[in-house]
Amino acid sequence: MASIALENLAHSYLPNPGGNNDFALKEVNHIWEDGRAYALLGPSGCGKTTLLNVISGLLTPTSGRILFGDKDVTASSTAERNIAQVFQFPVVYDTMTVGKNLAFPLRNRGMEAGYVSERVQRIAQMIGLEADLHKKARGLTSDLKQKISLGRGMVRDDVNAILFDEPLTVIDPHLKWELRTQLKSLHREFGHTMIYVTHDQTEALTFAEKVVVMHEGRVVQIGTPKELFETPAHVFVGYFIGSPGMNFIPVSVTGNKAHINGNTIHLHHDYGNPQGDILLGIRPEFVRLSKSDGLPVQINRIQDVGRHKFINATLFDTEINISADEGFEIESDMVKITFDPANMGIFCDDWRLNGKAIDHGNGGTV
Amino acid sequence: MEKTVNQRAWLLVLPVLVLVAFSSIIPMMTVVNYSFQDSFGENIFFWVGLEWYQELLRSERLWDALGRQLLFSFIILMIEIPLGILVALSMPKKGLSASVCLVLMSLPLLIPYNVVGTIWQVFGRADIGLLGRTLSDLGISYNYSQNAFDAWVTVIIMDVWHWTSLVALLAYAGLSSIPKAYYQAAMIDQASRWNVFRYIELPKMRGVLMIAILLRFMDSFMIYTEPFVLTGGGPGNATTFLSIDLVKMALGQFDLGPAAAFSLMYFLVILLISYVFYTVMITIDKDEAKQ
Repeated sequence: MASIALENLAHSYLPNPGGNNDFALKEVNHIWEDGRAYALLGPSGCGKTTLLNVISGLLTPTSGRILFGDKDVTASSTAERNIAQVFQFPVVYDTMTVGKNLAFPLRNRGMEAGYVSERVQRIAQMIGLEADLHKKARGLTSDLKQKISLGRGMVRDDVNAILFDEPLTVIDPHLKWELRTQLKSLHREFGHTMIYVTHDQTEALTFAEKVVVMHEGRVVQIGTPKELFETPAHVFVGYFIGSPGMNFIPVSVTGNKAHINGNTIHLHHDYGNPQGDILLGIRPEFVRLSKSDGLPVQINRIQDVGRHKFINATLFDTEINISADEGFEIESDMVKITFDPANMGIFCDDWRLNGKAIDHGNGGTV
Repeated sequence: MEKTVNQRAWLLVLPVLVLVAFSSIIPMMTVVNYSFQDSFGENIFFWVGLEWYQELLRSERLWDALGRQLLFSFIILMIEIPLGILVALSMPKKGLSASVCLVLMSLPLLIPYNVVGTIWQVFGRADIGLLGRTLSDLGISYNYSQNAFDAWVTVIIMDVWHWTSLVALLAYAGLSSIPKAYYQAAMIDQASRWNVFRYIELPKMRGVLMIAILLRFMDSFMIYTEPFVLTGGGPGNATTFLSIDLVKMALGQFDLGPAAAFSLMYFLVILLISYVFYTVMITIDKDEAKQ
């Protein structure tokens, strides 16, 4: 086992890629540390699967290098890389029994029979297929077939990494939780590096220690679930993580002040004098409705979803969402909003700006 | 619900009934009728009962032809099925070259049977044929009209040339239905090329291969035109397969009675073998699905 490093890695499915848009995977530099659980999160078609296939060796990247530890494996075959991968749709060997399916990767590597049957037993127990080991894989439901695929991915204990490509797509919702929990405990037990591709933020945030967010073939942020939530590095991360996503309000910024329609919002940091498309980002959780303070809004609708109330409002032509606790009483004369200053971010041309911390004695609300 | 009885509905199936009657039932019953009678011409018939059947079953001629027929079908199946799979496996998966391949592969299938026979008959001739002349110039003795073995080799090559494409196209269709993920998973599992074939490609091709075997068996069991054009069933009786023998009997000797009995038994044999074959295949399939 070793860390996996990607150096200037990029891939295009075209034979002679020209501009940036020809690349399904734009240049990425990243080190997957040994033994950690990562999630690769992004909408469909953002290059997640491409990245995964490049790591496992199913695709040879157009440019850049992949290192396992110190060893350059860019040109190595999948076999040499010794990586396990589970695909989105179940792949089982129809004519084999469940047990033989699980044993297949071990047999192909010439493991001895005793070890093979011990591992198969163990994995079968983990995925709950002990009773079915002698059944033919062909007649099983797709739930069970996908469990076999998962099992085949986990049966080798010497792999460098296990890659999951949206493995729970075909699994029933109630089983998803169970299997995800099993994957996590497996990770704790064996300490394999795991990379889990998904477009479901709940899945990503519950599975992984670190989440890699991808957007249009580019890695836009790598961070813990907390970091993604509190300090998204890119407008896309703000939208994609959280439900509803982050609010973005067009403003102009000078120093530690943001200006909107003649109103001034005091910021926690000094951003200098940024030029370009400037947006102020704030999560619905950090917007407060009030009677007297702040900026005027027009309330459009209120939704009660049980634990929260979601309020949709319009602030100078921009639609924003506000999240309030269930106990919060909304009164008819609450037509102003304030922002929690610690949780505001300023974005310039989609990317987050890092402001200079400044000393602001009075707490700096709006 | 009240059922209305409307006998006029029969009118709807009448056209089909008439068609089937004229195309199959009446000719078939004529043959059945012939097989129980003897005729000396001038449309005078005598009832002979099962005599033709008994005589045929005792005659060596029929059994020899049947033996040759079974051997022939067996040989061409043993060649065409594996060869067709091999061709399908080595065909390009997509792009222009795949289309070109498919067209080229289909060409032999479009050539009429007797043209195939003529092509090879000329091609193999020792005096003017490209193949025959080349072989004899190389000092290899080859003459399909005198040597029984050479005649067999020629008929078999002809059939393989004509029909392997069919097997290949069917197998290719089976192969192209395999999702890419299967191959990727096999790479991850480090399966050897043989294992990929054995556990992924072959199981996925099973259905179409069953059809290919059945089609090729039935068709080769009825082979007539090619050996007829090549040597007329010779040299001697070497390539006299069942249908050639039948035609000799019915048209050459004009023995209507025995020929009719022959046709019926021939028909029953094909029906029986195909039925057994199909039932066995289907049963294996069902059993495997159940387990």
